[in-house]
Amino acid sequence: MPVLHAKPAPPSDDKRWKIVETRMRRMGDRPYALIEALHAAQEAFGYLDESALNYVGDTLGVPHSRVYGVATFYSYFTLKPQGEHTCVVCTGTACYINGAKDILAGIERELGVKPKQTTPDGKLSILTARCLGACSLAPAVIVDGAVMGKIGAADLVAQLEAM
Amino acid sequence: MSEQPAAARPVRHRAAVATTAGETRASAYVCEAASCMSAQAHDITVNLAAQCAAAGLTDVMVKRVGCLGLCAAGPLVEIPQTGELFAQVKPGDLGGLITALKHVKPGATPKPQGPFFEKQLRVATENMGRVDPESLEDYVGRGGYEALQSVLADMTSTEVREVISQSGLRGRGGAGYPTALKWTTVAKAEGKQKYVICNADEGDPGAFMDRSVLESDPFRILEGMAIAAFAVHATEGYIYCRAEYPLAVARLRTAIRLAQRAGFLGANIADTSFTFDVQVRLGAGAFVCGEETALIASVEGKRGTPRPRPPYPAVEGLYGCPTLINNVETFANVPAILRKGADWYASIGLGKSRGTKVFALAGRIVNTGLVEVPMGMTLREIIYDIGGGIIDGRPFKAVQTGGPSGGCIPADYLDSPVSYETLIDLGSFMGSGGMIVMDDTACMVDVARYFQDFCRDESCGKCTPCRVGTTQMYRLLDQITRGAATMDDLATLERLAGIVQKTALCGLGQGAPNPIFSTLRYFRDEYMAHIVDRVCPAGVCTITPVEVMA
Repeated sequence: MPVLHAKPAPPSDDKRWKIVETRMRRMGDRPYALIEALHAAQEAFGYLDESALNYVGDTLGVPHSRVYGVATFYSYFTLKPQGEHTCVVCTGTACYINGAKDILAGIERELGVKPKQTTPDGKLSILTARCLGACSLAPAVIVDGAVMGKIGAADLVAQLEAM
Repeated sequence: MSEQPAAARPVRHRAAVATTAGETRASAYVCEAASCMSAQAHDITVNLAAQCAAAGLTDVMVKRVGCLGLCAAGPLVEIPQTGELFAQVKPGDLGGLITALKHVKPGATPKPQGPFFEKQLRVATENMGRVDPESLEDYVGRGGYEALQSVLADMTSTEVREVISQSGLRGRGGAGYPTALKWTTVAKAEGKQKYVICNADEGDPGAFMDRSVLESDPFRILEGMAIAAFAVHATEGYIYCRAEYPLAVARLRTAIRLAQRAGFLGANIADTSFTFDVQVRLGAGAFVCGEETALIASVEGKRGTPRPRPPYPAVEGLYGCPTLINNVETFANVPAILRKGADWYASIGLGKSRGTKVFALAGRIVNTGLVEVPMGMTLREIIYDIGGGIIDGRPFKAVQTGGPSGGCIPADYLDSPVSYETLIDLGSFMGSGGMIVMDDTACMVDVARYFQDFCRDESCGKCTPCRVGTTQMYRLLDQITRGAATMDDLATLERLAGIVQKTALCGLGQGAPNPIFSTLRYFRDEYMAHIVDRVCPAGVCTITPVEVMA
């Protein structure tokens, strides 16, 4: 079936939009490609801003309200830019009973950031995850993509401060 | 909702496999599943292959395999010829391994590997830690695609469903619905286009069975799905996988590409008229999407909210077409059943629970890892014989099964056999197979509060009992853990839990009160200690000192 709406131009001439555009085109620019397209945009830009949401919606023929609804429904998508470094603390059951609570408390005490917050200097974002599936390493954290297991609050804070 | 940003991205690498020119005298199986990967397992494969070459060991094969099971001791390397398992291997210190590889005698028989491995029965995970997850040849070499080929050559779709029916296989996602019944409903439903979906949205905290299966043996899932598609006359399939499992997604995509190239997916599979293709769809961090109608909405690119059933997805599912949804582990069992026969599978198990079940052992247990046992094994055997007991020899307090919809089973019931029915009788739930062991350092009220916090956070907000009920139950539990609750609050909590259980729309809401019911059933004294005596027996909750009335 042909796409009946006109395809919009990307918000800027940033080359990363090509990746997003390609991913949508491979799925026929149809509404069901919405989540895949948001994944592509977040992978490329790190977060989803208004221009990204509108561009994806206009391309796929999905109203902006629905794009926003989907992007905010799923916790994997973030509408805010992240800090230079990210630290994800796993709060799955295994990590919880092995001391994830103490890790979050330690970070808040020493660095003054709560989960989902970024330090004022934009250096570090603290996030939580429901379960990383790394239960054998509990308590586990991911710092800039690298998993660290069986870590204590003091060790982690020292490492984060060193960055 | 908690945010789930880009987790560890896997580095795409070439298969670092040192194959031997002639006969293989010894091999080293390096575990490259997520847990060991995070401990630099891939460096071990690369270094070991290089060092074997440098030492002139031309008859040694270094192979990347999936999960070896004993995740707590990772990274792991196994020498299958002798049965030796090297734990906590350091990429920079492989001398011991090289020496052991040098001394393997041709035709050596593996020595027993201890109860962790001996007491298990591998069906769904039979290839785990044995095959290279990115090698189709390796999978075929271990009997892979035999089942699909014999199905396509000699069987009708009715016969396939009959075999599954006789095997007694039930859904491994947790609820235990008979697999053959679901297949038959889809097969008989009217509609030209039908779909098969593999539910790999493993959201239960503390459960990682599906992830390990997908990372270790992805072709098996594709084969299982293809057989199911043949049995229900579907031509398209989707695997809905969590985005938090980047390694599993990458391996699935590789497996799909290789299977397409080899003619095991796509048009005219194995030179028959049967056509079936599979795509991967990424989840985006919503627990509720494990519910089948929510999952379908998510595959369609919408918010993952459930809808009332009926109509069941088997009649009206993806894009309104009849859709078969099964869990990863269910599909993993299918090829083995067709290869070895329904009678063989039905001979394993207890009562109405046939076959085996994969469990992820985690929490305060010595051998954290992945195990597969026959249904009917007792909790004690799983936790003490296979799991090695509690860390530091502390007393066992409870085991939590079934995730946020499950319950906590206390020490008195350790000798109960594990099956769908017995777990429900004990106030818990099979769930997808997470088993979280707790010792005396866990406060059961705090555990109930933790799960309620999870359900409150993950509730999609569509139906009122779940949206409002989980929040109110969480607030009441939070009050109890702070020592600020009265007996009236406890009565309110119990009443509310009953209402939510009966009136919520989907499994998430209906199951949310379960942790409360089960902890109240077995650990009511702990609730009383918090409310009446204002102390936390386990010392977990911080209760402010009582204001003494003058």
